[in-house]
Order: sequence, then structure tokens, then C-alpha cells
Amino acid sequence: MIKRLLPLFAASLLLAACETASTSSSDGASEVQSSSATAAASSSSTAATEAATSSSEAPSARTIAENQLASVGNTVLFGFDSASLTDAAQATLNRQAAFMQASPTLRVVIGGHADERGTREYNLALGERRAAATRDYLVAKGVNAARVRIISYGKERPVAVGSNDVSWAKNRRAVTALN
Amino acid sequence: MDMMIFGASANTVSGNALWRTLLLSFFAFMLFIISAGTVGAQTQRLDITEGQIAPIPVAIAEFTGPDGLPSEVGRQISQIISDDLVSSGLFSAVDSAAFIKPPESPSIRPNFSNWSPLGAKGLLVGSAFLDADGLLQIEFVLWDIVSQRNITEGGGSANQSGIRRIAHQIADFVYQEFTGDSPYFDTQVVYVSESGPRDRRVKRLAIMDQDGFNHKFLTSGLDLVLTPRFSPTAHEVAYLNYFNDEPNVYLLDIASGRTERLGSFPGMTFAPRFDPDGNKLIMSLAQDGRTDIFQMDLRTQSLTQLTRSASIDTSPSFAPDGSRVVFNSDRGGSQQLYVMDANGKNVKRISFRKGRYATPVWSPRGDIIAFTKMFKGEFFIGVMNVDGSGERLLARGFLVEAPTWAPNGRVLMYFKQEPVSNDGQGGETYLYRVDITGFNERRVSTPADASDPAWSPLLQ
Repeated sequence: MIKRLLPLFAASLLLAACETASTSSSDGASEVQSSSATAAASSSSTAATEAATSSSEAPSARTIAENQLASVGNTVLFGFDSASLTDAAQATLNRQAAFMQASPTLRVVIGGHADERGTREYNLALGERRAAATRDYLVAKGVNAARVRIISYGKERPVAVGSNDVSWAKNRRAVTALN
Repeated sequence: MDMMIFGASANTVSGNALWRTLLLSFFAFMLFIISAGTVGAQTQRLDITEGQIAPIPVAIAEFTGPDGLPSEVGRQISQIISDDLVSSGLFSAVDSAAFIKPPESPSIRPNFSNWSPLGAKGLLVGSAFLDADGLLQIEFVLWDIVSQRNITEGGGSANQSGIRRIAHQIADFVYQEFTGDSPYFDTQVVYVSESGPRDRRVKRLAIMDQDGFNHKFLTSGLDLVLTPRFSPTAHEVAYLNYFNDEPNVYLLDIASGRTERLGSFPGMTFAPRFDPDGNKLIMSLAQDGRTDIFQMDLRTQSLTQLTRSASIDTSPSFAPDGSRVVFNSDRGGSQQLYVMDANGKNVKRISFRKGRYATPVWSPRGDIIAFTKMFKGEFFIGVMNVDGSGERLLARGFLVEAPTWAPNGRVLMYFKQEPVSNDGQGGETYLYRVDITGFNERRVSTPADASDPAWSPLLQ
């Protein structure tokens, strides 16, 4: 089992250089997530994405691709202590899968998160389980598994900081970002 | 008070006891030897196994210089010893202002008729001064005021960086003599120091003496780090490091600062703890939505899988004899505690009361297991017997987590986080410790917010 995923691991090593940027941008992107669930991957977004990947990382083109990912919805939410994908989460991931297939050279990293109402180590595992469930859904929809890396942050990177049910619901999430 | 039976011995062993020499400590550039001898073994001791204890009053004289007067370093040492003993909750310091003039040197026998009216059961006297080379020279005698016997005596020397450690070691002798328990003052704590906004918390490994002094940062804060754990020698720390955004278990050598990633595996390794010999680590590996428990041979960095289920199996902790492992798993539907043999066989659930159970840690004595419990929106720190019976909750809060044992198994340290408002106010996160009787909960002083404590073994 350990050997099987080695190619994925190697791919993630190659891409380590751009991870800092993608992590910080995912936080900003998630803020606009609720504003538009409207756009599926359109032809214009595809062109922009190809520009982003072919012109060797022009920052503006990358930003465009990030905005497109945000516009299809980069975040899915989970119930307490659950990694089940709700209908709403599946709808978001259907759009993400279409976006990925329309931009076949893009690679993404899915960050799995938990609320603060669990212990640190268990929440690291729970975040991994959520990220894996998200990845597995995208793969089932035809996305090549080698294009998707996952990482768990447990309860370390909340998007809403308040100690209340509203914040906790926002923090039980998996966020897809450009890798 | 009836538990404070002490000093009823009729044994009349001479105070001129032979010293049993114990080699206790090497400092970086200075050999430090402290000798101590116990005179007779007849002293009846405090029973500290259950319930709230009335503290034992002890008088700790300011250690004197060659002129027979309290020296500056002697005052400092007496204060450290006093603070240690009082912090345990098992001792009270007889007010030094009320002191009868203590003997001018530890070689002079105290006038006991002056001391017994103060209610003190023990009297610690000593000399401490810096010699011509700037080295600390120290001697001490612990007297039983009731039986008027010399209980323990010793001495040694150290360079100035060793002053606090010598004081902790003398406090350990006093603790050991009066409680019959192994001590814990000459120990350190490694933990995670927290700063910055709640959604981008900066976390650094830090280390300090158990009383909060000699604080040092071990990592820069550039990378997220979590859950440090001491090796059995206290020379290394295993921890989770997000270097390169790849969460993985690392090993840090404290003296050199050298850090090493332990193996490269697909998926995330985390939740490390050493086995009692220090040759192996037990940890979790999360992959494809499953988290299982693995054992790593530290020489080869090869992994052996111990659990194999679709569930989350994490937070493993060895029994002190290395024969069994306690961990938490959601295999039964909710997070509960399980015990298995060290080879992964004979898995048995041990937590059956209401609530979710997490972060089990086996006591160094082997008889009980500390844990974090979540129930009805509250968090608790508790202990239970190894078979799950006898659960007792020792601390509670909005969020309390991550108990760690003092090496004598009598005191637990953990962290407590207050709730945070929507604008990020509040959320104070501090270390606390509590006696396993549930009494004497105290905050541990740290320069900033603090979490994930790990208590070292007794230093060598």
C-alpha cells in the first residue's frame, strides 16, 4: 500500500516550490466562495487557464485561474465529525471536476480542515479523511489522481475564528487550491 | 492531618552518617556531584495516594556563606527549593521571617527546641557560595525536627549555569524523603509556543524547566510545528513539522539543534511517541482517508503496521514496560480508548462511559491512563485504570487537552484554551498542572500562549 502512491508523492515534491503561494491564496479565495456558485467551467475560463499554465506561471494568469476555481466553488463543508459529502458538496465538486477537465494541465492541492471541538491529533486524521473524500470524488468524476495532492491542517487553520456553531460549521471544510 | 504521620521513629542512628555518593549530573563544562545519604529507613511517611492532603510544613533556611550569614546565591537557592516544594501542593514553607536564627553552617546541629513550636516537621539548612573560581560550592542537611534526626545530607559544586538544577535536585531529595515518592523537580517541559492571529497561528517549539525558568525557543516559527514528545533520555524531541507543507514526524536533537525528517511516506505521519527504550517510535500514518498506527525502528526508519482498519486510529502511547499500547479510535462509531499488545494483537476497548475519549497517555507507574474527554460541549482531563474502571475527572474547561505525566506519575500537565470571539479576541491558551488527586490546579508560567506540553523524564 505504501509503494502504490509513491508517484503521487514524487509529484508533490516537484511542486513544493509553489506551495507557499497556493496556501495563502486559498484563504483569500475561500472568502469569495459563497458569492457565486453560478459559473461552470466555461470556454473563456478554459482559455485563461491554458494561458496560465503555458506561459510559465505568469502571476496574473494564475490569479485568473484561482478566481475561476473560486467562482465554481473551492470549498465544501462537512458535518460534525463527518467526512461525508453532502448534496451541496457534491454539486460543488461536480463543477470542480468540470473545471479540472477543462484545464487538463492544472494541478490542485486539497486542504482538509476540522473545527476546534476535537483533539489535535484526531482532527489531523479527520482533516485528512475529508481531503481524501474530496479527492476521491473528483477522481471518480474523471480527474487524474496524479493531479490532486491532499494535506490536512486539522484544527490549525480556521477560516472563521469564533468559538461558536456558525464558525465551527465554516471550519469543517475541504478547500481546493491551485498547486 | 491524620495522614501526616511523620518522624515517629525511635531509631537513634548517629547523625555522622556515611555519605552515599550519587553521581547525579554532568554540565557542559563542569562536573557536578551531589552526595546524599539517608540515615535509617524508619521515618514514617506521608500517605499521598488519595484525597486532599494537608501540606507538610517545612522550614527552608537561607543557605549561608563562609561567614555564616545568608549568601546571595544561598537565598536564591532556598527560594527555588521552597517554590518547588510548595508548587507540589504537598508542602508549605514555614515563613522565613518567623525563623529562629538557623545554624551558621550545615555542620552545626540545630537547637530543635527553637524549631518545633513553629510547627515545622522538617528543617533544611545549607551553605552555598561562589568560590574564588566562581564555582558554586554547596552543602545541605535535611533534619527531621520531630525525631531530631538528620534525614538526608549532601553537597556538590557546579558552574553558575547549574545553580537552578542543583536547587531542583535538593528539592527532589526533600520531596522524596517526606513523600516516599520519586521526585520530579529536576525536569523540563517542551511545548508549543503560540502567537499571532487565530487563523494564521505561529507555532514554535520551546523548552523550559518545569518551573518555567530557562526558557528557550527550539524552532523559528517559519513552519507549523505540533505535538512535541521527549525521548526517554530527554535529549531528543519527536514532533510534527509542516516543513515544505508536508506534515511529517521529525526528530530534533536538543543540544545540537539538528533536526531530521523520519522517513518519507505517502501520506502524513503524526502523533509520535517513543517506546520506553527509545529505540522505536509509535505514530500514526494517514493515507487515503484511513489513519492507522505504525511502529518505526529508529535505526532503520522502517515501519511496521500495528492497526489495520478503515477507522481513525491515533494518539498511541506505550505502557512503561513496553508490552502494550493505548490509543484512540473511532472504529466503534465514536472516538474511544483501546488497549492492544505491542504487536497490535488483542485490541480491547476500555472506555465505556458517555462521551468521546482521546489522547490517552499511560502513567509512568503503569497503573492508570490519563486522557482527554469530550462530553456535552465541554472538555475534561481525567484518569482511569488500565481496564477502564475507576474513571476520575481532574480538570474541565471549554477546551482542555493533551495531558502529559510528570515522571513520578503524580502530576499531570495539559493546556487549556478559552473561547474566542468572532473578531478573534480571547482564546487565551495556557499550560496548567494538577495533582492526580484533582487538587492543586496551577497555571504554568510561559512567555506567550502555550499548548501541547510534554514533561521530560528526570534529567540525568
